[in-house]
Amino acid sequence: MTANELCRACGFPLLCCPEREVTGGVYCCDLLSMVMGRAPTDGIWFTVMANQNTIVAALMADVACVVLTEGIRPDDTMLARAKAEGIAIAATDLPSFEAATRAHTALRTR
Amino acid sequence: MAAAELTPFYYDLHIHTCLSSCGENDMTPATVAGLSALAGPDIIAVCDHNTAGNVRAVQQAAAALAPGLLVIPGIELTCAEELHMVCLFPTAEAAEAVGEEIYAALPPIKNREEIFGAQLLMDAEDNEHGRLEKLLSNATSLSIDDAPALAARYGGFCYPAHIDRDSMSVLATLGEVPDYLGFHTVEIADPEKFFIGGRNTSYPEKYHILTCSDAHRPEALLPDASHAIHLPECTFEALKAVLTSPKGKVPIP
Repeated sequence: MTANELCRACGFPLLCCPEREVTGGVYCCDLLSMVMGRAPTDGIWFTVMANQNTIVAALMADVACVVLTEGIRPDDTMLARAKAEGIAIAATDLPSFEAATRAHTALRTR
Repeated sequence: MAAAELTPFYYDLHIHTCLSSCGENDMTPATVAGLSALAGPDIIAVCDHNTAGNVRAVQQAAAALAPGLLVIPGIELTCAEELHMVCLFPTAEAAEAVGEEIYAALPPIKNREEIFGAQLLMDAEDNEHGRLEKLLSNATSLSIDDAPALAARYGGFCYPAHIDRDSMSVLATLGEVPDYLGFHTVEIADPEKFFIGGRNTSYPEKYHILTCSDAHRPEALLPDASHAIHLPECTFEALKAVLTSPKGKVPIP
């Protein structure tokens, strides 16, 4: 499932890298150092942390798609870094749990 | 005794070297020492992320290139809560010993040089003598609650770094400077912005405010020294006595 298909199914506006394949699991965490070691490869990760370090953590864990929750939006620097690294970014006003359950459902019923 | 007996000293207590993964490789011990001599601070502190591996080399380089400069051994500790603390120590031995403990508390995630750059250990002549394997910018398993006692165990002290930053700061992560830890000092990266329009005036009433370069590249060291602290003498012990005393109640030996 591409990031575009998944985020459309969930109702999350996608901001970059629509073609990135999401084949891993769903992960929620806001401590970046924990994400680096534990987020699933090619997975989708939900967080409120929106800065360049978020992209670096995603890169270290090989996450395919980062979804910013709670109405948080990326700044230009973060978005540019995500594009450069080929990591999909989406944003939603939902809290992380609710957003993640949508993605979980969408990945299971694809 | 009167405050007139205190002397202002220029300081920069937060400088990285090429050992920090985010520090440029040009931040060698001799470069840090030499540029500090040019910029003119009286006191600097070397604070790489979660290690003191290059502290001794900068001290040795400064002895040759920047006579009279006080080089304090430090570490910028990343606490488990993902916030940075500046930790300062009396000797390189103390900083290296606590550095071993802190390095052991990092998760077993290796640095990837293609993403973060190299973590270079150097001697005072800028010869590389090794690289640290674990990613130093990661969070340790040490809580902010453990940090003051940890630093004290090695004769040092600590305080929250760049509290005004959006990430890796006590305000971003915890929402406030915790009172129960008894900090009397905080570092503010951009005081002009932090205090604009009369904001945050409670901080200078309550804390000693330090503003440092947090230099990761040589250019950041070049501006003339501009921040001064009043001390009875230019020593680590005098600095520690002032920064660990309540604001307005600085002891005079």
